[in-house]
Amino acid sequence: MQTLSRTLFLVALTAMSAVQAAPRDDILAAYTAQAKAEDATFAGFSAARGEALHRDRHSGGKADSPSCTSCHGENTRAAGRTPVGKSIEPVAVSVAPTRYTDAAKVEKWFRRNCREVLGRECSAREKGDWLAFMTTQ
Amino acid sequence: MKPLIRSIAVGVALFAVGAVMLERAKAGSDEFFAPVTDPLTRQECGSCHMAFPAGLLPARSWQKMMGELDNHFGEDASVDAATAKQITTYLVAHAADSTGYGDMRRWLRGVSASAAPQRITELPKWVREHREVSPREWTRKEIATKANCVACHVDAERGYFEDD
Repeated sequence: MQTLSRTLFLVALTAMSAVQAAPRDDILAAYTAQAKAEDATFAGFSAARGEALHRDRHSGGKADSPSCTSCHGENTRAAGRTPVGKSIEPVAVSVAPTRYTDAAKVEKWFRRNCREVLGRECSAREKGDWLAFMTTQ
Repeated sequence: MKPLIRSIAVGVALFAVGAVMLERAKAGSDEFFAPVTDPLTRQECGSCHMAFPAGLLPARSWQKMMGELDNHFGEDASVDAATAKQITTYLVAHAADSTGYGDMRRWLRGVSASAAPQRITELPKWVREHREVSPREWTRKEIATKANCVACHVDAERGYFEDD
């Protein structure tokens, strides 16, 4: 009986994560289509490139936010902090499974944060790379 | 049975009067500012900083601010047009100088009617209320900026800004 309920629990849990993963996959699929349109040689997203984008110090943006980690912190599984001192939910999907499931919200924050950090909007490839990195975290 | 109904009715009436008086007292105090109740406003304005109560600024200030969100105190806080419209409607309806918030006008003492102040922390009343805070206090790491109300006012999210 216990085994059965445990199995049922696991099935339910898997179903739940599948429900949350689906919108994220849709968002990635849309970025894939866009990346292909922007660059014919596009051959898929790279979590490694995403990690570099996330951790590198960039120029072109604002002096007090040269990197994504300026606010989100070095540890992707820990909370970040806004310039005003408010806590930011961790960026890693493993600890924040509901993240990156609302396409409009994802776009809104890429637009704002890429401008802050890079001084320009991110390309579809950069967005997909960054998301690919976060899904491995 | 009748006396029971009567005592219930009296009890309910007394409770209602008490609740109204409490609301009035809260609205009339410098320490209570009704928190943002609109979920969209709460979510959008509250992701980087606390969703500041609409009663902390006059309507004209909110209108100006909502029209300049792409440069919001140096940050890009832009939202889509439909979202901006809904948030502006809420903020204006609940601003310090809006109907129903008459007691909040005291908060705007010293603010020129033609001015649309943007920084709550530059309102004469705000400055006056915080004059006892030493410059050294403000540099504490956990405070970060004067916009971080909750660093000192632990119940600010619920509208209470008493001295802590």
